[in-house]
Amino acid sequence: MQAMLRRYGYGLSGLTVLLTAFWLLMLVILPYLNLFKESFRPYLIAKDIGGSKDIFTFDNYLSILHEPTWTPHEIFGFQFFTPMTIHLQVFLATIAFSCFATFVAIVACYPMAYYMAKILPPKRLSTYLMILIIPLWVSELMRAFAWFILLTYKGPLTVILMDIGVLSDGVRWTWYLWGYSGVVVTLVYVYVLFMLFPIYNSMTSLDMNQVEAARDLGSPSWRTHWRVVLPHCKPGIASGSVMVFMLSAGSLLVPGYLDSPSSQWFTEVIYARMFDQNDWNGGAAYAFLMVFACMIFVTIAMRVFRVGLSDIAK
Amino acid sequence: MSATGKKSIGAILLHSYGIWFLVYLMLPLLVMVGAAFNNSPKLPSPLPWQGFTLRFFPDLFAIESLWGWNGGVMHTIIVAIFVVVLAVPIGTAGAILINNLQGRSRVILYAVMIAPVLTPGVVIGIATLQFWFSFDVPAGLHLSALGQVSFIAAYVMLMVLARLQSFDPGLEEAALDLGATHGRVLRRILMPHLAPALITGAILAFFQSVENFNVTQFTRGQSQTLMVYFGSRGRSGVSPTICALAVILIAMTIVGEIIFEIWRRRAEAKRQAVV
Repeated sequence: MQAMLRRYGYGLSGLTVLLTAFWLLMLVILPYLNLFKESFRPYLIAKDIGGSKDIFTFDNYLSILHEPTWTPHEIFGFQFFTPMTIHLQVFLATIAFSCFATFVAIVACYPMAYYMAKILPPKRLSTYLMILIIPLWVSELMRAFAWFILLTYKGPLTVILMDIGVLSDGVRWTWYLWGYSGVVVTLVYVYVLFMLFPIYNSMTSLDMNQVEAARDLGSPSWRTHWRVVLPHCKPGIASGSVMVFMLSAGSLLVPGYLDSPSSQWFTEVIYARMFDQNDWNGGAAYAFLMVFACMIFVTIAMRVFRVGLSDIAK
Repeated sequence: MSATGKKSIGAILLHSYGIWFLVYLMLPLLVMVGAAFNNSPKLPSPLPWQGFTLRFFPDLFAIESLWGWNGGVMHTIIVAIFVVVLAVPIGTAGAILINNLQGRSRVILYAVMIAPVLTPGVVIGIATLQFWFSFDVPAGLHLSALGQVSFIAAYVMLMVLARLQSFDPGLEEAALDLGATHGRVLRRILMPHLAPALITGAILAFFQSVENFNVTQFTRGQSQTLMVYFGSRGRSGVSPTICALAVILIAMTIVGEIIFEIWRRRAEAKRQAVV
């Protein structure tokens, strides 16, 4: 701070602090605190606000458990029942399929990142990078919509497969995986570049001498990757995973275009609660459930990959 | 790479994987381009081919709520300009401040700054909406702009902070010793060094704002933006005009990339000429 005052004087330093304070207080901390507070207040009609019913309660969160139906499961021939509600089911499905999409993105991006960083000649690399960022710039909506077209019933994918004789009839591409197949496939496509670029970035700083050394010492290439290359990319994988998970779980556009009659995404539940039922307090609580899920994911990613927060956001 | 048998198999596999990856990324976009020119009136699709048409482009420009002074496109541009004007100075200030801090305060401040980047846009939207509503500020695109600034400023901060790593503070000390004012130091030494990060930050901020859907959708009230117009109705809003818009966006991206590449090569050549 002293150095800053000496360099920029009181006026400019003050301006810097003021701008940062406006950002962090008015746009981040206070809105989040307010949301947290609102999430514990009941949803009331105007005349009851401030009255005896206006108390702090966990009801908005607990409503995710309301009206449980006992869902049958069968494991090794034993049948048992667990209480399941539609909101809880959607929440868990959203988390699970976002994790799945994240995992697929890691697997798809790792070889590509290695290829771009270590094998591709630099001249071709700039062409590759220029092509790769085209989907990024044409917007999330267009990337999602492209897959809506591809996977429509009797859409282009079906037409091609029928022409070459693989299929004889239309296929409901989005009805598999309990109705989440279209969503998962599209999530991977829409957010895959948020995984590729971080892994690629961490891959570029890998010293190829380490790989050569491992090879000279007789390590097969899978082990070289497992013990040398992959550990080096941990920060990139962690950062990409956090971004892809967060974007997937928080996506509105992808499920909007690609969910099936039997599937819903948690963001759609939040939206309905906010604007169809006009229950802003309930919406706040559900929004916070998403924040908790993301925080847990970040914590796990930091533990698993042993990286700090500054590695994740670069 | 030397060519032992085993290595070249791996290399061939990786080469084909690289090409496959590009095809994977490009094919869905080509499907949209095809659908934009296929005379299939209801469902946009490139197949089955029903003849070439350009009619979806006039259709796109005929959408009343999108064009004109009070249309979605104008709204989008105004919001994006607001976001750039706010996010670039805020992000730069944040980067300069954090660059002058050490230890615990730096870690905490950094965590708060990047929190919006790691928060789903839906949550940012709801938080912004409810916070300003508690001061009786109604929903609308002004809140969309503020909500977008909260995370786009963090992107700018990260870019400026990265650029500050290669800055030599000794230059500022020297200028001060020679009697320069603080404003002059900022204007003549720090800002020219940060200029590339500020320009790319501003461009990124602009297009992040244009393509934003989640935050805008929750804060916009009754107003429309380009992405909201097409995205908010989900499947019921599907029309081939979206593909026409996609073609325009793809063309703009490619033109933008070519301009950037020419600019980059010129800058490179200039730098080499100086050295």
